Amino acid sequence: MRYLPNTDEDRAAMLARVGVGSIDDLFADIPSAKRLSGLVDLPTTKSEIEVERVLGAMAAKNVAAASVPFFVGAGAYRHHVPASVDHLIQRSEFLTSYTPYQPEIAQGTLQYLFEFQTQVANLTGMEVANASMYDGSTATAEAVLMAQRLTRRAKAVLSGGLHPQYRSVVETVSRMAGDSVVALPPDPAATEAVLAAIDADTACVVVQTPSFYGHLIDLAPIAEKAHAVGALLVAVFTEVVALGAIEPPGSQGADIVVGEGQSIGNPLTFGGPYVGLFATRQKFVRQMPGRLCGETVDAEGKRGFVLTLSTREQHIRRDKATSNICTNSGLCSLAFTIHMSLLGEFGLSRLAALNHANAVALAESLSEVPGVNVLNDSFFNEFTIRISGDAATVIEKLAVRGILGGVPVSRLEFDNPDLADLIVVAATEINTEADRAAYARTLKEVL
Amino acid sequence: MPIRYTRDHEWIRLEGDVATVGVSDYAQAQLGDVVFVELPEVGKLLAKGAEAAVIESVKAASEIFAPVAGEVIEVNGALADEPGTVNADPEGEGWFLRLRVTNPTEVEALMTIDSYQEFLRTI
Amino acid sequence: MLNDKGRPTTPTAPNTAPAETFTGNRALQIEEPLLFEMGRLDVSGVDLPDAPKTKSKLGAHARRTPIDLPGLSEPEAMRHYVRLSQKNYAIDAGIYPLGSCTMKHNPRLNEKMARLPGFADIHPLQPISTVPGAIELISELGRWLLELTGLHTVAISPKAGAHGELCGMMAIKAALDARGDRRSVVLVPESAHGTNPATAALLGYRVEEVPARADGTVDPEEVKKRLSPQVAAIMLTNPNTCGLFERDVVAIADAVHAAGAFFYADGANFNAIVGKVKPGDLGVDAMHINLHKTFSTPHGGGGPGAGPVVLSDKLAPFAPVPYVQIQAGKPEFIWTRRDPAAKATFGRMTAFHGQMGMFVRALSYMLAHGADGMRQASEDAVLNANYVRAGLADIMSQPFGDRPCMHEALFDDSFLEGTGVTTLDFAKAMIDEGFHPMTMYFPLVVHGALLIEPTESESKASLDLFVATLRELVMRAKRGEPERFHQAPMHAPRRRLDETRAARAPKLRWEKPQPWSEAAE
Repeated sequence: MRYLPNTDEDRAAMLARVGVGSIDDLFADIPSAKRLSGLVDLPTTKSEIEVERVLGAMAAKNVAAASVPFFVGAGAYRHHVPASVDHLIQRSEFLTSYTPYQPEIAQGTLQYLFEFQTQVANLTGMEVANASMYDGSTATAEAVLMAQRLTRRAKAVLSGGLHPQYRSVVETVSRMAGDSVVALPPDPAATEAVLAAIDADTACVVVQTPSFYGHLIDLAPIAEKAHAVGALLVAVFTEVVALGAIEPPGSQGADIVVGEGQSIGNPLTFGGPYVGLFATRQKFVRQMPGRLCGETVDAEGKRGFVLTLSTREQHIRRDKATSNICTNSGLCSLAFTIHMSLLGEFGLSRLAALNHANAVALAESLSEVPGVNVLNDSFFNEFTIRISGDAATVIEKLAVRGILGGVPVSRLEFDNPDLADLIVVAATEINTEADRAAYARTLKEVL
Repeated sequence: MPIRYTRDHEWIRLEGDVATVGVSDYAQAQLGDVVFVELPEVGKLLAKGAEAAVIESVKAASEIFAPVAGEVIEVNGALADEPGTVNADPEGEGWFLRLRVTNPTEVEALMTIDSYQEFLRTI
Repeated sequence: MLNDKGRPTTPTAPNTAPAETFTGNRALQIEEPLLFEMGRLDVSGVDLPDAPKTKSKLGAHARRTPIDLPGLSEPEAMRHYVRLSQKNYAIDAGIYPLGSCTMKHNPRLNEKMARLPGFADIHPLQPISTVPGAIELISELGRWLLELTGLHTVAISPKAGAHGELCGMMAIKAALDARGDRRSVVLVPESAHGTNPATAALLGYRVEEVPARADGTVDPEEVKKRLSPQVAAIMLTNPNTCGLFERDVVAIADAVHAAGAFFYADGANFNAIVGKVKPGDLGVDAMHINLHKTFSTPHGGGGPGAGPVVLSDKLAPFAPVPYVQIQAGKPEFIWTRRDPAAKATFGRMTAFHGQMGMFVRALSYMLAHGADGMRQASEDAVLNANYVRAGLADIMSQPFGDRPCMHEALFDDSFLEGTGVTTLDFAKAMIDEGFHPMTMYFPLVVHGALLIEPTESESKASLDLFVATLRELVMRAKRGEPERFHQAPMHAPRRRLDETRAARAPKLRWEKPQPWSEAAE
């Protein structure tokens, strides 16, 4: 078998050295009544040719984003990733290395984590960032737990502009941890009164900008009200490219900033693996979950990097840890940092400008289709349209005609009939004028 | 009253009804380089044996327990900038907190320096 | 005619002291600056078309704060990251004997399959009718995981092992809440991985430790002593973190169930028993599976992982969405709580559907190995660990006696007593010999632990060299040469690093150096 280097001769010699008669002697502690006598009921070994055939057939049944005009966002975005990114992350020393617990032979990983942390801090306008979380939704839940620890209060207020699945994750974790969540109703028109929901029992208020519906939210007044009652502002984003064009949460008073980094360096891959970004104020660093990479020197005085402040983590603090997270998003954070290094602020600003312009152009075309109404006054690369008809049905009809036009809000908010005519539409640098024209034309046909 | 020790390697020095608390030289040697000390809030009421502070070294975090019951009246803020003082001078400048002791006789019941040295030989 | 163009073709006699270089570089080992020390704000390695001229809809939100991120051209970026990569050890470069991490070979076919556009370039929320192949893949992966574990429901969304632990324990909590049973304690063996008590505490449980008996395993009597109507669950790793199979696991499971509690199994060590026994047959109620351990998805320097959780029929109703469940003999993919099967779901662990990229890689591994290959892999993993153990048994100290282990061999540091060499020093000396050290100081129940898991990917020849090297290091320590160990590593890109300094004065990001005049103030 191609992945197993030992031959039967090797095995026999090794068994003899170990001093047992057969391999089953080494499994003697398994209760005999439970030991499997034969093979499990699964196919036997396949060659590469056969594996490729099986998996290739499955893959071929799916409509890939590159093959059609594509406008699907709602928390995961299709961007162009430069060819060198995927090439570099496949280098053996990155792909097949472990968590850098032996720093002397892991300076490659540690140095890029230090660079990554700096990039995330700068992008978000915060003082310090960690070495990644699983994704934006779990990072949001961890931010809420952190705010509850810091304020010693149990109640989190969630804006109605928060991604519905992010809300669901926070609600699940909070309920299980014995805390409470006040989730404001979905807010497609950005008219909610989040300030009114903040009171002296509030640990944190969680606001997403750009919101799930695409609106750009002014965080400063929310930060002010929260701070006035001793609560924290947790700012969330699902489209990190937006930070190339909009004012970062850090300069508006956010205490913790979390979000999804997938747009940079990482393909869509049907929802994962992604990369959660987490940044906060220096004074909160000991309550921050996740791994942290810090600068130091070695025995010869040379600069080097190590994982640090580990006493917050599970392997030391055990039942008093700030989180149970262990493995996080290594290679995805590497892809992020390589792509971000290639972009630099010059490239990121251009990328963001292109995204925004494509979205504005798309919004204009779609608003000219009878029965379509763009709800947003402000947006970055994603906006919400109200259509005359059932959004899910329309999206399906568009798909049949070769257009992936966005996400019907009812896909994620299925209890709310008032939202059944809304579609969240994203535009990125990969869309062409022809794509936009095709969408508008086809939408007109199906409505 | 001369210094007393606990089996958890804390020391306590009582003057009147105020006691200063820290960790012993043995403790700091076991912990290794101290990198952070989490001290309680002034005003906190501690029962005997309750968690009073946490010492972090690079690879470990240890709880420090109140050797006797009392109210925290002062904490050693200097440790925030110089946690290494716990290693350098554990029974002097490396003190953690001062308690207004509820029951001074609780202090007398703890180990004397000789008993503590004796105890160290057994572990 | 004599050739007078000759030049020497053998090296001149070497200097004993290596000369310092101008650059600080040592041939292929380059001292690489930080991105922020070399990149420039006006350089980018990505060319983009100009944006079409449109009005702005950013309103007052347009960015004013400088982004302050330098860029690199493509050649500069390639060099920067290639040079960084050269400072890392990797499985592709050598044995990585980390106990409980299962650092097996990462098949490259997995990478090729994961990059098929039909898997990599599909959005989690595009219409379901456009992704039947994705549903098929996830369902098939679920079917394999369930057949191997002997259960019928697998929650596929957890993003790593620890996340899976949280999922399994949440399912247990949900099941108890559903029957109105408030329990407050979780039992955990002393040897447990730190994620176990951390997970329990996160959910508000008090953790009670169960001591091991002399042979390193859990005594069912010690468990029974601690069972009460207050105990919600026991969290057991099997084989345990000492590399030993918990032979009384069935008795423990029975006692736990009789007390109305649940059995959570930490599946980190599943690699020892795949195809040899089904955890479901041992009474497991929930078990997370580390796809990045047992099923070869790459460790990537710290992730991404995936931690799907198989659930017993008692816990299945509460599974978080999405999950895969065998219904009428076929695996069904349950997307959301809208599905009637999921009406009692405890909620959602993550946005979207889980780590699809890792699902493809894991299924590729499973298809390649098959039932026979996977069983052979488990046997080879266990044989390899015992072969290493047998090669070291006479000179290194085994805390639980000289007895067979499963897929990992545990030693303590008593063999180093009196040498002045600690487990840490020993590990650093291994680095100079070209090996990544084994897991050190874990499990905590043993002093100065050294936990070696070679995995099935190591050849006998590789293990022979590994054992011979460790033997030599032990002899060196016993001969009284501690200084060499204290100085190690001497040949790695860095010497030992000052972790105290990193923790006392944390520098977690690059700071622009201040000009002299400002610094002086």
